[in-house]
Amino acid sequence: MMEVLFIKLVLAGIVFFTVLNFAGFHTWVERKQSALIQDRIGANRADILGFRALGLFHGIADVIKLFTKEDIVPEGADKTLHTLAPVFSVFFALVAFAAIPFGDRLILGDTVVELQIAKINVGLLYIFAMLSLGVYGVILAGFASRNNYAILGGLRATAQMISYEIALGLAVIGVIMVYGTMDLSELVRAQGRMLGGWIPAWGIVYQPVAFVVFLTAALAETKRLPFDLPEAESEIIGYFVEYSGMKFGMFFLTDFLETIIVACLATTLFFGGWQVPFLMPDGFHFPGGAEFLVSNWIYVLLGMASFSFKVVVFCWIFMQLRWTLPRFRYDQLMRLGWKGLFPIAVGNIVLTAVLLFVFGRTS
Amino acid sequence: MAVKVVRRPELTFMEKLYIPQILCGFKITSIHFFRNLFLHIAHLFGRFKHLPAAVTIQYPEQLRPLMSRHRSRHRLTLREDDTPRCVGCMLCETVCPARCITIVPGEHPDPHVEKYPVRFDIDLGICVYCGYCVEVCPEDAIRMDTGILDLAAYSREEMQLDIHELMDPKLRKPINDCSLKFPHQCSLADGEMKGSWEWLKDL
Repeated sequence: MMEVLFIKLVLAGIVFFTVLNFAGFHTWVERKQSALIQDRIGANRADILGFRALGLFHGIADVIKLFTKEDIVPEGADKTLHTLAPVFSVFFALVAFAAIPFGDRLILGDTVVELQIAKINVGLLYIFAMLSLGVYGVILAGFASRNNYAILGGLRATAQMISYEIALGLAVIGVIMVYGTMDLSELVRAQGRMLGGWIPAWGIVYQPVAFVVFLTAALAETKRLPFDLPEAESEIIGYFVEYSGMKFGMFFLTDFLETIIVACLATTLFFGGWQVPFLMPDGFHFPGGAEFLVSNWIYVLLGMASFSFKVVVFCWIFMQLRWTLPRFRYDQLMRLGWKGLFPIAVGNIVLTAVLLFVFGRTS
Repeated sequence: MAVKVVRRPELTFMEKLYIPQILCGFKITSIHFFRNLFLHIAHLFGRFKHLPAAVTIQYPEQLRPLMSRHRSRHRLTLREDDTPRCVGCMLCETVCPARCITIVPGEHPDPHVEKYPVRFDIDLGICVYCGYCVEVCPEDAIRMDTGILDLAAYSREEMQLDIHELMDPKLRKPINDCSLKFPHQCSLADGEMKGSWEWLKDL
């Protein structure tokens, strides 16, 4: 019992250490990537003993600044909710990572370790629940600030989340129908086969339409451009207009955490999670009979590397899109959600059902 | 009157699909991203130096090249004996549309020069940088070619230049030491006259 607890604690430690650091790293990526896109250099002034390290220290400087800034709660604001809102935001974004499988079973002597903090058999539902609850923090922030702009931001966030969570959920149903499971680690395992020996049986092969819908809705879920209407710093500044110091920093962190969780989800559902093409648990099996056997350790490490690589690529794509597209107007946002994505997602489910009935389940 | 009807361009079907257009935009930003990333790395190895990876001018270290006709902070040109070339004719003070120049002329011992400025103050807080003072000067005594553009101060007093700073553009406030030899009025001596023309006779 203690052993299991210890393993889970270590796993949780590893995941949250990686994820939080990656989220902090995202501030640097955001600055530098936008700079490269716009032919600039990007933040490079913060230095430690004259050593600038390409501006990497700006993240540290930001955190020091945010922690030492005065924390202001506006007059007339609900103090408790005002303090709780950013905590909710970060908490629900963080706990969603518990159900993400980031590697296959690791065999340590007699024990088999699932590289996933919590093996939940409805993991997908759990993640969506946590993502939906994450909006709670945003709404509370707008509600508790006693500021008209903040409440506008909160309301926009509510409307946007409701519109896009439906499309998000419906897009994922297609994947669930194809693989017949909501357990994320089983779902990834089901994506390990090869179709005709060459094409990996990843979600994107079976559900390309669902992938596009999912990606769009997921972008809206992260509340970043082009779907940053709750924030919209050029119009209403957003739900966190009354936040300062690290409370604001937590909302900022949530943005990046949500980007990462959405990248993790896209990887898990549509790009085979930790699967490496041609890599079976005992080694590489290439079509044509060539084999290259590897030990369990290397297999698991390769899987984790594959998962991390895909997540990083998705984060890059999200960042690139964020600096490519302008913000949607509110009516365009609603039209896209209800008249565009929603019918497409429903149509995709119907089509998937018909195809599954005709050809039978793949697994 | 002819009426020109301007039709708003309608979106084509492909444009209404969003996704092809998004990919087009994605292509543009990606080209910039990867080209600049490649160039930054190549510059580290000393390659492709002729192709800039960014348009940024890193300001305090790197300055934007100024046009030769630019107008920046004023200076008073000097004679060979380090006295101002100004003859105190008051033309610049008269022409100045912002009235930021204050000149107090004094009598010069040299009969060919007649006058010189005992005081020459320019209030940069009022100056509009029109350059009329330079245009009007018959002696080429005032110029605006110091290239000093980063004029900023914490008080209005600090924006007021006196004859010390105008004669030596390298001087910055606070000025503690007066090295001018000719008689002049400056704030260092509370408006009292300082210096003399004694040294001129020795030359």
